[in-house]
Amino acid sequence: MDFSQIIPSLPSLWDGMKLTLQLLALAVLGGIVLGTVLALARMSSNTVLSGLAKAYVNYFRSIPLLLVITWFYLAVPMILNWITGEFIAVGAFTSCLVAFVMFEAAYYCEIVRAGIQSISKGQLNAAYALGMNYGQAMRLIMLPQAFRKMTPLLLQQSIILFQDTSLVYAVGLIDFLNAARARGDIMGQSHEFLIFAGAVYFVISFGASTVVKRLQKRLAV
Amino acid sequence: MSMIAIKNVSKWYGDFQVLTDCTTDVKKGEVVVVCGPSGSGKSTLIKTVNALEPFQKGEIFVDGVSVGDPKTDLPKLRARIGMVFQNFELFPHLSITENLTIAQQRVLGRSQDEAMQKGMHYLDRVGLKAQAGKFPGQLSGGQQQRVAIARALAMDPIAMLFDEPTSALDPEMVNEVLDVMVELAHEGMTMMCVTHEMGFARKVADRVIFMDRGAIVEDCEKEEFFGDIDARSERARHFLSKILQH
Repeated sequence: MDFSQIIPSLPSLWDGMKLTLQLLALAVLGGIVLGTVLALARMSSNTVLSGLAKAYVNYFRSIPLLLVITWFYLAVPMILNWITGEFIAVGAFTSCLVAFVMFEAAYYCEIVRAGIQSISKGQLNAAYALGMNYGQAMRLIMLPQAFRKMTPLLLQQSIILFQDTSLVYAVGLIDFLNAARARGDIMGQSHEFLIFAGAVYFVISFGASTVVKRLQKRLAV
Repeated sequence: MSMIAIKNVSKWYGDFQVLTDCTTDVKKGEVVVVCGPSGSGKSTLIKTVNALEPFQKGEIFVDGVSVGDPKTDLPKLRARIGMVFQNFELFPHLSITENLTIAQQRVLGRSQDEAMQKGMHYLDRVGLKAQAGKFPGQLSGGQQQRVAIARALAMDPIAMLFDEPTSALDPEMVNEVLDVMVELAHEGMTMMCVTHEMGFARKVADRVIFMDRGAIVEDCEKEEFFGDIDARSERARHFLSKILQH
Protein backbone atom coordinates (compact mmCIF):
# COMPACT_ATOMS: atom_id res chain seq x y z
CA MET A 1 0.00 0.00 0.00
CA ASP A 2 1.34 3.36 -0.98
CA PHE A 3 -0.78 6.44 -0.22
CA SER A 4 1.99 8.87 -1.18
CA GLN A 5 0.21 10.28 -4.22
CA ILE A 6 -2.99 11.24 -2.43
CA ILE A 7 -1.76 14.53 -0.95
CA PRO A 8 -0.50 15.90 -4.28
CA SER A 9 -3.81 14.82 -5.86
CA LEU A 10 -6.02 16.62 -3.36
CA PRO A 11 -6.72 19.66 -5.59
CA SER A 12 -8.15 17.50 -8.39
CA LEU A 13 -10.05 15.34 -5.89
CA TRP A 14 -11.46 18.54 -4.39
CA ASP A 15 -12.70 19.53 -7.86
CA GLY A 16 -14.59 16.25 -7.97
CA MET A 17 -15.98 16.82 -4.49
CA LYS A 18 -17.13 20.29 -5.51
CA LEU A 19 -19.16 18.79 -8.34
CA THR A 20 -20.60 16.17 -5.99
CA LEU A 21 -21.65 18.79 -3.43
CA GLN A 22 -23.04 21.13 -6.07
CA LEU A 23 -25.12 18.37 -7.57
CA LEU A 24 -26.25 17.29 -4.11
CA ALA A 25 -27.30 20.78 -2.99
CA LEU A 26 -29.25 21.54 -6.17
CA ALA A 27 -30.85 18.08 -6.26
CA VAL A 28 -31.96 18.30 -2.61
CA LEU A 29 -33.41 21.76 -3.14
CA GLY A 30 -35.18 20.87 -6.37
CA GLY A 31 -36.27 17.49 -5.03
CA ILE A 32 -37.87 18.98 -1.91
CA VAL A 33 -39.68 21.68 -3.90
CA LEU A 34 -41.02 19.21 -6.48
CA GLY A 35 -41.69 16.66 -3.72
CA THR A 36 -43.79 19.20 -1.80
CA VAL A 37 -45.80 20.03 -4.91
CA LEU A 38 -46.33 16.30 -5.50
CA ALA A 39 -47.36 15.76 -1.87
CA LEU A 40 -49.98 18.54 -2.08
CA ALA A 41 -51.22 17.05 -5.36
CA ARG A 42 -51.41 13.58 -3.81
CA MET A 43 -53.51 14.87 -0.94
CA SER A 44 -55.74 16.92 -3.23
CA SER A 45 -59.44 16.10 -3.32
CA ASN A 46 -59.17 16.25 -7.11
CA THR A 47 -58.93 12.54 -7.97
CA VAL A 48 -57.25 13.12 -11.34
CA LEU A 49 -54.53 15.22 -9.76
CA SER A 50 -53.96 12.86 -6.84
CA GLY A 51 -54.03 9.87 -9.19
CA LEU A 52 -51.36 11.40 -11.42
CA ALA A 53 -49.15 12.25 -8.44
CA LYS A 54 -49.58 8.77 -7.04
CA ALA A 55 -48.67 7.17 -10.37
CA TYR A 56 -45.59 9.40 -10.61
CA VAL A 57 -44.40 8.47 -7.12
CA ASN A 58 -45.03 4.75 -7.59
CA TYR A 59 -43.30 4.78 -10.96
CA PHE A 60 -40.12 6.50 -9.87
CA ARG A 61 -39.93 4.46 -6.68
CA SER A 62 -40.07 1.27 -8.70
CA ILE A 63 -37.23 1.84 -11.18
CA PRO A 64 -33.46 1.98 -10.57
CA LEU A 65 -31.83 5.38 -10.22
CA LEU A 66 -29.05 4.37 -12.63
CA LEU A 67 -31.70 3.77 -15.29
CA VAL A 68 -33.18 7.24 -14.75
CA ILE A 69 -29.74 8.86 -15.00
CA THR A 70 -28.79 7.17 -18.26
CA TRP A 71 -32.27 7.55 -19.71
CA PHE A 72 -32.45 11.30 -18.93
CA TYR A 73 -28.99 11.79 -20.39
CA LEU A 74 -30.54 10.76 -23.70
CA ALA A 75 -34.02 12.11 -23.14
CA VAL A 76 -33.52 15.63 -21.77
CA PRO A 77 -31.84 17.07 -24.90
CA MET A 78 -34.48 15.37 -27.04
CA ILE A 79 -37.39 16.77 -25.02
CA LEU A 80 -35.89 20.27 -25.07
CA ASN A 81 -35.43 19.92 -28.81
CA TRP A 82 -39.08 18.99 -29.07
CA ILE A 83 -40.30 21.94 -27.03
CA THR A 84 -38.05 24.64 -28.45
CA GLY A 85 -37.48 23.24 -31.90
CA GLU A 86 -33.80 23.97 -31.62
CA PHE A 87 -30.92 21.77 -30.68
CA ILE A 88 -29.63 22.75 -27.26
CA ALA A 89 -26.61 21.11 -25.74
CA VAL A 90 -27.56 20.49 -22.10
CA GLY A 91 -24.53 18.64 -20.87
CA ALA A 92 -24.24 15.73 -18.49
CA PHE A 93 -24.47 17.87 -15.34
CA THR A 94 -27.87 19.35 -16.17
CA SER A 95 -29.35 16.06 -17.34
CA CYS A 96 -28.09 14.37 -14.16
CA LEU A 97 -29.53 17.15 -12.05
CA VAL A 98 -32.93 16.77 -13.71
CA ALA A 99 -32.78 13.02 -13.20
CA PHE A 100 -31.92 13.37 -9.49
CA VAL A 101 -34.58 16.02 -8.88
CA MET A 102 -37.30 13.96 -10.55
CA PHE A 103 -36.22 10.71 -8.90
CA GLU A 104 -35.70 12.08 -5.40
CA ALA A 105 -38.94 14.09 -5.56
CA ALA A 106 -40.83 10.78 -5.39
CA TYR A 107 -39.14 9.96 -2.07
CA TYR A 108 -39.35 13.49 -0.66
CA CYS A 109 -43.05 13.50 -1.61
CA GLU A 110 -43.78 10.62 0.73
CA ILE A 111 -41.83 12.25 3.56
CA VAL A 112 -43.60 15.58 3.11
CA ARG A 113 -46.99 13.88 2.87
CA ALA A 114 -46.42 12.00 6.12
CA GLY A 115 -45.25 15.25 7.69
CA ILE A 116 -48.37 17.17 6.70
CA GLN A 117 -50.60 14.30 7.81
CA SER A 118 -48.92 14.31 11.21
CA ILE A 119 -50.23 17.84 11.86
CA SER A 120 -53.73 17.65 13.36
CA LYS A 121 -56.71 18.55 11.20
CA GLY A 122 -57.68 21.04 13.91
CA GLN A 123 -54.78 23.27 12.84
CA LEU A 124 -56.11 23.38 9.29
CA ASN A 125 -59.61 24.10 10.60
CA ALA A 126 -58.27 26.93 12.77
CA ALA A 127 -56.50 28.45 9.77
CA TYR A 128 -59.66 28.18 7.67
CA ALA A 129 -61.79 29.58 10.49
CA LEU A 130 -59.58 32.68 10.50
CA GLY A 131 -60.40 33.19 6.83
CA MET A 132 -57.24 31.80 5.29
CA ASN A 133 -57.53 30.16 1.88
CA TYR A 134 -55.93 26.81 1.05
CA GLY A 135 -52.63 28.34 -0.07
CA GLN A 136 -52.27 30.51 3.02
CA ALA A 137 -53.24 27.68 5.37
CA MET A 138 -50.61 25.42 3.80
CA ARG A 139 -47.85 28.02 3.47
CA LEU A 140 -48.27 29.79 6.80
CA ILE A 141 -49.59 27.08 9.11
CA MET A 142 -49.25 23.49 7.89
CA LEU A 143 -45.95 23.35 5.96
CA PRO A 144 -43.80 25.23 8.51
CA GLN A 145 -44.91 22.79 11.22
CA ALA A 146 -44.60 19.77 8.92
CA PHE A 147 -41.08 20.72 7.79
CA ARG A 148 -39.96 21.12 11.38
CA LYS A 149 -41.09 17.57 12.10
CA MET A 150 -39.68 16.20 8.83
CA THR A 151 -36.22 17.76 8.94
CA PRO A 152 -34.44 14.63 10.26
CA LEU A 153 -36.08 12.40 7.63
CA LEU A 154 -35.37 14.85 4.82
CA LEU A 155 -31.72 15.03 5.88
CA GLN A 156 -31.47 11.25 6.15
CA GLN A 157 -32.82 10.95 2.61
CA SER A 158 -30.30 13.58 1.48
CA ILE A 159 -27.42 11.54 2.96
CA ILE A 160 -28.53 8.59 0.84
CA LEU A 161 -28.65 10.94 -2.13
CA PHE A 162 -25.09 12.07 -1.34
CA GLN A 163 -23.91 8.49 -1.81
CA ASP A 164 -26.08 7.98 -4.88
CA THR A 165 -24.55 10.97 -6.67
CA SER A 166 -21.60 8.66 -7.43
CA LEU A 167 -23.81 7.00 -10.05
CA VAL A 168 -23.12 9.92 -12.39
CA TYR A 169 -19.95 8.07 -13.45
CA ALA A 170 -22.31 6.27 -15.86
CA VAL A 171 -22.56 9.38 -18.03
CA GLY A 172 -18.95 10.43 -17.58
CA LEU A 173 -19.29 13.23 -15.03
CA ILE A 174 -16.19 13.69 -12.88
CA ASP A 175 -17.61 13.65 -9.38
CA PHE A 176 -15.55 12.81 -6.30
CA LEU A 177 -15.58 9.04 -6.81
CA ASN A 178 -14.85 9.29 -10.50
CA ALA A 179 -12.02 11.76 -9.82
CA ALA A 180 -10.51 9.39 -7.26
CA ARG A 181 -10.85 6.43 -9.60
CA ALA A 182 -9.30 8.25 -12.59
CA ARG A 183 -6.53 9.78 -10.53
CA GLY A 184 -5.71 6.41 -8.95
CA ASP A 185 -5.47 4.79 -12.34
CA ILE A 186 -3.08 7.46 -13.60
CA MET A 187 -0.91 7.22 -10.51
CA GLY A 188 -0.97 3.45 -10.47
CA GLN A 189 -2.51 3.44 -6.98
CA SER A 190 -6.11 2.44 -7.77
CA HIS A 191 -6.63 0.55 -4.51
CA GLU A 192 -5.30 3.29 -2.32
CA PHE A 193 -7.35 5.99 -4.00
CA LEU A 194 -10.54 3.95 -3.73
CA ILE A 195 -9.84 3.21 -0.06
CA PHE A 196 -9.29 6.91 0.52
CA ALA A 197 -12.50 7.80 -1.34
CA GLY A 198 -14.39 5.22 0.71
CA ALA A 199 -13.05 6.73 3.91
CA VAL A 200 -14.14 10.21 2.83
CA TYR A 201 -17.68 9.02 1.95
CA PHE A 202 -17.86 7.19 5.28
CA VAL A 203 -16.72 10.14 7.38
CA ILE A 204 -19.11 12.57 5.69
CA SER A 205 -22.14 10.24 5.65
CA PHE A 206 -21.63 8.83 9.13
CA GLY A 207 -20.85 12.25 10.58
CA ALA A 208 -23.94 13.79 9.02
CA SER A 209 -26.04 10.84 10.13
CA THR A 210 -24.87 11.26 13.73
CA VAL A 211 -25.72 14.95 13.65
CA VAL A 212 -29.17 14.12 12.28
CA LYS A 213 -29.80 11.60 15.06
CA ARG A 214 -28.90 14.19 17.65
CA LEU A 215 -31.17 16.72 15.93
CA GLN A 216 -33.96 14.15 15.92
CA LYS A 217 -33.68 13.73 19.67
CA ARG A 218 -33.71 17.47 20.23
CA LEU A 219 -36.71 18.05 17.96
CA ALA A 220 -38.59 15.16 19.54
CA VAL A 221 -38.71 16.83 22.96
CA MET B 1 -82.89 40.09 12.70
CA SER B 2 -81.26 36.72 12.57
CA MET B 3 -77.48 36.62 12.35
CA ILE B 4 -77.24 32.86 11.91
CA ALA B 5 -80.17 31.08 10.27
CA ILE B 6 -80.05 27.29 10.00
CA LYS B 7 -82.83 25.84 7.87
CA ASN B 8 -83.60 22.12 7.57
CA VAL B 9 -79.93 21.10 7.54
CA SER B 10 -79.12 17.41 7.10
CA LYS B 11 -75.72 15.80 6.75
CA TRP B 12 -74.52 12.29 6.08
CA TYR B 13 -71.18 10.52 6.36
CA GLY B 14 -71.76 7.93 3.68
CA ASP B 15 -74.90 6.13 4.78
CA PHE B 16 -74.73 7.40 8.34
CA GLN B 17 -76.87 10.45 9.04
CA VAL B 18 -75.18 12.81 11.51
CA LEU B 19 -77.57 15.75 11.26
CA THR B 20 -81.30 15.38 10.72
CA ASP B 21 -83.38 18.33 9.56
CA CYS B 22 -81.90 20.88 11.98
CA THR B 23 -83.61 24.27 12.07
CA THR B 24 -82.82 27.16 14.40
CA ASP B 25 -81.58 30.69 14.34
CA VAL B 26 -79.43 33.03 16.38
CA LYS B 27 -80.45 36.67 16.44
CA LYS B 28 -78.03 39.55 16.59
CA GLY B 29 -76.73 39.91 20.13
CA GLU B 30 -78.25 36.64 21.21
CA VAL B 31 -76.37 33.95 23.17
CA VAL B 32 -77.45 30.43 22.32
CA VAL B 33 -76.11 27.39 24.15
CA VAL B 34 -76.16 24.03 22.38
CA CYS B 35 -75.99 20.99 24.64
CA GLY B 36 -76.56 17.27 24.36
CA PRO B 37 -74.85 13.92 24.91
CA SER B 38 -71.61 13.20 23.07
CA GLY B 39 -72.15 12.05 19.52
CA SER B 40 -75.38 14.03 19.30
CA GLY B 41 -74.04 16.13 16.42
CA LYS B 42 -73.70 19.45 18.24
CA SER B 43 -70.05 20.00 17.26
CA THR B 44 -70.87 19.01 13.70
CA LEU B 45 -73.77 21.45 13.61
CA ILE B 46 -71.70 24.40 14.84
CA LYS B 47 -68.99 23.59 12.28
CA THR B 48 -71.52 23.70 9.43
CA VAL B 49 -72.11 27.38 10.29
CA ASN B 50 -68.68 28.41 8.96
CA ALA B 51 -68.52 25.55 6.47
CA LEU B 52 -65.75 23.60 8.20
CA GLU B 53 -68.23 20.74 7.81
CA PRO B 54 -70.14 20.58 4.52
CA PHE B 55 -73.81 19.59 4.59
CA GLN B 56 -75.88 17.92 1.90
CA LYS B 57 -79.37 19.31 2.54
CA GLY B 58 -80.85 22.54 3.77
CA GLU B 59 -79.54 26.08 3.97
CA ILE B 60 -77.52 28.20 6.36
CA PHE B 61 -77.34 31.98 6.21
CA VAL B 62 -74.84 34.05 8.16
CA ASP B 63 -75.68 37.75 8.06
CA GLY B 64 -77.71 37.01 4.93
CA VAL B 65 -74.88 35.18 3.12
CA SER B 66 -75.61 31.58 2.08
CA VAL B 67 -72.95 29.24 3.47
CA GLY B 68 -73.82 26.31 1.21
CA ASP B 69 -73.85 28.30 -2.02
CA PRO B 70 -70.80 27.26 -4.10
CA LYS B 71 -70.51 30.86 -5.29
CA THR B 72 -69.97 32.16 -1.76
CA ASP B 73 -66.43 33.33 -1.00
CA LEU B 74 -65.91 31.07 2.03
CA PRO B 75 -62.59 32.51 3.27
CA LYS B 76 -64.16 35.97 3.25
CA LEU B 77 -67.22 34.76 5.14
CA ARG B 78 -65.16 32.77 7.67
CA ALA B 79 -62.98 35.80 8.35
CA ARG B 80 -66.10 37.51 9.73
CA ILE B 81 -67.05 34.63 12.06
CA GLY B 82 -64.87 33.93 15.08
CA MET B 83 -64.39 30.35 16.18
CA VAL B 84 -62.93 28.86 19.34
CA PHE B 85 -62.04 25.16 19.38
CA GLN B 86 -62.01 22.48 22.03
CA ASN B 87 -58.25 21.97 21.65
CA PHE B 88 -57.42 25.70 21.38
CA GLU B 89 -55.58 25.24 18.06
CA LEU B 90 -53.14 28.05 18.56
CA PHE B 91 -50.37 27.79 15.99
CA PRO B 92 -47.49 26.23 17.98
CA HIS B 93 -44.73 27.46 15.65
CA LEU B 94 -45.77 31.10 16.08
CA SER B 95 -45.45 33.34 19.13
CA ILE B 96 -48.57 34.59 20.91
CA THR B 97 -48.15 37.94 19.16
CA GLU B 98 -47.87 36.28 15.74
CA ASN B 99 -50.88 34.08 16.51
CA LEU B 100 -52.87 37.25 17.14
CA THR B 101 -51.69 39.18 14.09
CA ILE B 102 -51.10 36.67 11.27
CA ALA B 103 -54.69 36.46 10.02
CA GLN B 104 -55.32 40.16 10.56
CA GLN B 105 -52.39 40.92 8.26
CA ARG B 106 -52.66 38.13 5.72
CA VAL B 107 -56.45 37.85 5.51
CA LEU B 108 -57.74 41.33 6.36
CA GLY B 109 -54.71 43.13 4.94
CA ARG B 110 -54.14 45.22 8.05
CA SER B 111 -50.77 46.86 8.59
CA GLN B 112 -48.46 45.34 11.15
CA ASP B 113 -48.96 48.30 13.48
CA GLU B 114 -52.72 48.10 13.31
CA ALA B 115 -52.76 44.32 13.74
CA MET B 116 -50.38 44.60 16.66
CA GLN B 117 -52.44 47.28 18.35
CA LYS B 118 -55.65 45.31 17.94
CA GLY B 119 -54.04 42.04 19.02
CA MET B 120 -52.54 43.59 22.15
CA HIS B 121 -55.86 45.25 23.01
CA TYR B 122 -57.64 41.89 23.09
CA LEU B 123 -54.72 40.10 24.73
CA ASP B 124 -54.96 42.69 27.49
CA ARG B 125 -58.70 42.11 27.73
CA VAL B 126 -58.22 38.41 28.39
CA GLY B 127 -55.60 39.36 30.96
CA LEU B 128 -52.53 37.95 29.22
CA LYS B 129 -50.62 40.97 27.97
CA ALA B 130 -47.52 39.82 29.84
CA GLN B 131 -47.38 36.61 27.79
CA ALA B 132 -47.15 38.32 24.38
CA GLY B 133 -43.62 37.16 23.61
CA LYS B 134 -44.13 33.53 24.59
CA PHE B 135 -45.07 30.52 22.49
CA PRO B 136 -48.33 28.56 22.93
CA GLY B 137 -46.51 25.58 24.43
CA GLN B 138 -45.34 27.76 27.32
CA LEU B 139 -48.89 28.63 28.42
CA SER B 140 -51.40 26.63 30.46
CA GLY B 141 -54.52 25.27 28.75
CA GLY B 142 -56.71 28.01 30.19
CA GLN B 143 -54.29 30.69 29.03
CA GLN B 144 -54.08 29.17 25.55
CA GLN B 145 -57.86 29.17 25.25
CA ARG B 146 -58.02 32.82 26.31
CA VAL B 147 -55.42 33.68 23.66
CA ALA B 148 -57.53 31.74 21.14
CA ILE B 149 -60.54 33.88 22.08
CA ALA B 150 -58.46 37.05 21.72
CA ARG B 151 -57.20 35.83 18.33
CA ALA B 152 -60.77 35.37 17.11
CA LEU B 153 -61.92 38.73 18.53
CA ALA B 154 -59.03 40.58 16.88
CA MET B 155 -60.68 39.82 13.53
CA ASP B 156 -63.71 41.94 14.60
CA PRO B 157 -66.19 39.09 14.09
CA ILE B 158 -69.93 39.63 13.67
CA ALA B 159 -70.56 36.42 15.64
CA MET B 160 -68.57 33.94 17.70
CA LEU B 161 -68.80 30.14 17.61
CA PHE B 162 -67.55 28.16 20.60
CA ASP B 163 -67.04 24.42 20.15
CA GLU B 164 -66.75 22.94 23.66
CA PRO B 165 -64.25 25.59 24.72
CA THR B 166 -63.76 24.22 28.23
CA SER B 167 -63.95 20.45 27.64
CA ALA B 168 -60.20 19.96 27.28
CA LEU B 169 -59.33 22.07 30.32
CA ASP B 170 -58.34 21.05 33.82
CA PRO B 171 -61.21 21.92 36.20
CA GLU B 172 -59.38 24.80 37.85
CA MET B 173 -58.96 26.54 34.51
CA VAL B 174 -62.56 26.32 33.34
CA ASN B 175 -63.67 29.48 35.12
CA GLU B 176 -61.01 31.80 33.72
CA VAL B 177 -62.27 30.93 30.22
CA LEU B 178 -65.95 31.12 31.17
CA ASP B 179 -65.37 34.55 32.75
CA VAL B 180 -64.09 35.87 29.43
CA MET B 181 -67.10 34.37 27.65
CA VAL B 182 -69.57 35.85 30.16
CA GLU B 183 -68.02 39.27 29.73
CA LEU B 184 -68.28 38.90 25.97
CA ALA B 185 -71.95 37.92 26.25
CA HIS B 186 -72.68 40.95 28.43
CA GLU B 187 -71.14 43.19 25.79
CA GLY B 188 -73.72 42.03 23.29
CA MET B 189 -71.64 39.65 21.15
CA THR B 190 -73.70 37.18 19.10
CA MET B 191 -72.64 33.77 20.38
CA MET B 192 -73.38 30.16 19.60
CA CYS B 193 -71.77 27.91 22.21
CA VAL B 194 -71.56 24.15 22.30
CA THR B 195 -70.94 23.46 25.98
CA HIS B 196 -71.90 21.32 28.93
CA GLU B 197 -71.42 24.22 31.34
CA MET B 198 -74.99 24.65 32.51
CA GLY B 199 -73.91 27.32 34.98
CA PHE B 200 -72.75 29.41 32.02
CA ALA B 201 -76.02 28.69 30.21
CA ARG B 202 -78.06 29.82 33.23
CA LYS B 203 -76.02 32.97 33.64
CA VAL B 204 -75.89 34.36 30.11
CA ALA B 205 -77.77 32.24 27.59
CA ASP B 206 -80.89 33.62 25.96
CA ARG B 207 -81.84 30.27 24.51
CA VAL B 208 -80.84 26.66 25.02
CA ILE B 209 -80.84 24.03 22.29
CA PHE B 210 -80.76 20.37 23.22
CA MET B 211 -79.61 17.91 20.56
CA ASP B 212 -79.74 14.13 20.46
CA ARG B 213 -78.86 11.70 17.68
CA GLY B 214 -78.30 14.47 15.16
CA ALA B 215 -81.62 16.23 15.70
CA ILE B 216 -82.65 19.35 17.59
CA VAL B 217 -84.96 18.01 20.30
CA GLU B 218 -85.47 21.18 22.35
CA ASP B 219 -85.04 24.81 21.37
CA CYS B 220 -86.45 27.21 23.93
CA GLU B 221 -85.88 30.25 26.13
CA LYS B 222 -83.48 29.69 29.01
CA GLU B 223 -86.19 30.28 31.66
CA GLU B 224 -88.40 27.76 30.00
CA PHE B 225 -85.59 25.22 29.62
CA PHE B 226 -84.41 25.33 33.22
CA GLY B 227 -87.70 26.44 34.76
CA ASP B 228 -89.79 23.35 34.43
CA ILE B 229 -87.58 20.32 33.94
CA ASP B 230 -90.60 18.03 33.95
CA ALA B 231 -91.97 19.70 30.85
CA ARG B 232 -88.86 18.76 28.87
CA SER B 233 -88.66 15.80 26.56
CA GLU B 234 -87.62 12.53 28.12
CA ARG B 235 -84.20 12.54 26.47
CA ALA B 236 -83.46 16.07 27.65
CA ARG B 237 -84.59 15.19 31.19
CA HIS B 238 -82.36 12.15 31.12
CA PHE B 239 -79.39 14.25 29.95
CA LEU B 240 -80.03 17.02 32.48
CA SER B 241 -80.44 14.59 35.36
CA LYS B 242 -77.02 13.24 34.54
CA ILE B 243 -75.16 16.53 34.40
CA LEU B 244 -77.11 18.50 37.00
CA GLN B 245 -77.20 16.03 39.89
CA HIS B 246 -73.94 17.26 41.44
